[in-house]
Order: sequence, then C-alpha cells, then structure tokens
Amino acid sequence: MVKYFSNKTDIRSTWDLVASAFWQRYPNPFSTHVLTEDVVYREVTADNQLFSRRLLTKTNRLPRWAERFFPSGMSRSVYIIEDSIVDPVNRNLITYTWNLNHTTIMSVEERCIFQDSAEEPATTLLKREAWISSSIFGFSRPIQEFGLARFKSNQVKAMKGLEYALSNLQGEATPWLLRDSVKDASGKAKEAAKNLASAAANPQKPQQYI
Amino acid sequence: MNSVGESCTDLKRDYDQCFNRWFAEKFLKGDRSEDPCTETFRKYQRCVQKAIKEKDIPVDGVEFMGPNKDKPES
Repeated sequence: MVKYFSNKTDIRSTWDLVASAFWQRYPNPFSTHVLTEDVVYREVTADNQLFSRRLLTKTNRLPRWAERFFPSGMSRSVYIIEDSIVDPVNRNLITYTWNLNHTTIMSVEERCIFQDSAEEPATTLLKREAWISSSIFGFSRPIQEFGLARFKSNQVKAMKGLEYALSNLQGEATPWLLRDSVKDASGKAKEAAKNLASAAANPQKPQQYI
Repeated sequence: MNSVGESCTDLKRDYDQCFNRWFAEKFLKGDRSEDPCTETFRKYQRCVQKAIKEKDIPVDGVEFMGPNKDKPES
C-alpha cells in the first residue's frame, strides 16, 4: 500500500540561484535533524550534465507509540541517498531521494524537478512527488499516515532551508559562496526566509515527533 | 556541515568551496574548461569512502536514480 503525494511550488528566485542554493542549503536553522552531508559520487557527462550522489544521515525521530514496536537497533540514524542531474542547457534540476535503511518500517522516495517557471519571470517551478509505504503488518496504515505527516512537515522545513540559503546567496557579493559567518542563524535572515517560505507552503501545526 | 567521516569534514569544506565556485561561475554558464576541483575531490573521496566502509553504510552498488526507474514520468 503506497501513499502518493505531489505538489507544485513557485520559488521566487532564478533557476541558476536555486541550483546553486541546492548544494549549499545545509546547515540551516531548519535542518537540525540532518547530521551529516557528503558528496559520494560526481561526474560531468559527455553531454555536459552533472550527475551527483549525496549521502545524508538524519536523526530518526519516532513517536512513542511506534518506538515500542521496534527493536532498540531502530534508534540508529537514517541513511538517505539523494541522486541528482543538473542540465544547464535545458535548465532543469531533477533529484531523487530515498532512505537506504529502516525501509521495512517506512520507505520514503521523493522526486523533485526544478525548472524555470513558464508564467513568472525570475521564478523557479518546483514539482514534487513522494511515494511513502510501510510493510509492517498490522501497523502499516498508522505508520504511513505518520510518515506522510512527517514528510509534509519535513518538506516545509526543506523549503525554509532552501529559502534561507537563497536569501543569503542573494545578499552576497560573491554569490557562489556562502561564507561560514553568514550561515549562522541570524534573526533577520531567518525571518526573511520564514516570510518567503510561508507564502509558498501551507501552515503546519507543530508536532513533537515530527 | 559535518561529513559522515569525522576526520573528513575539513576536506569536505575545501572541496565544497571549490565546487560551489566552479558550479556557478563555469558549469552553469556552459564553460567546459578544466575542472579545478579534481585534486580536492580526490582527497575528500579517499577519506569519505573509507569512512563509509568502516561504518558499513550500504551505498555500494546502489544504482544511480535506481528507484526512479519504476516511476511514471512526471
């Protein structure tokens, strides 16, 4: 039983900036659950596309009712692979992200396509799709619902994180590089990012385990 | 941001800085001149691939964009 989820968002930045920010969005004030980030493969193909693989480790936060059913080994971090293709000629960035472990409990796969908006200038369209499933017999429905709720909450955080990176990049003299000092969560940048992100995302009630 | 290999974080930072500049100034603009980051990438990869093996992270042999194959086009 797989839950499918999709949405579209307009990001008020050019595709070039979004593509640059994509690589620089960690750490950000909304990504405390992301522990490590590494590029583990990268290649420029013969037709000048950039293929990359990033490995992320994230905390695995479960609600108490779910913790009881999983062996203690489940407190281990989640390993996530993010594969991406940047096509600078056609100006699209496609990413595919999925978890490597804890897949029996929950498998979350997400595909994102970033391209120039056809309607708005200096705007990037993000089309997002997710497939969430769980094979735990007898618990699959509540776990899927939890997974979907957490996924949506993480999407909001991810958008805020990307907007944060974008707002910093746009303010920089050397727009290709976020200086470490700028990455510190400053009240102003966080506020700006919040305003940008809330225009694009639905407001979410904060939940303790999500 | 930390690397999964604790000792690799500095190498990662060096590489990321090189990459981010090359990506925005060269790659996105269609400049195909030589990639200035090959050396820093090599050093960083040597470190991080070792850490991945030591921590038994099952990245090896995972096909690029693998699960995307069975999905309909967007």
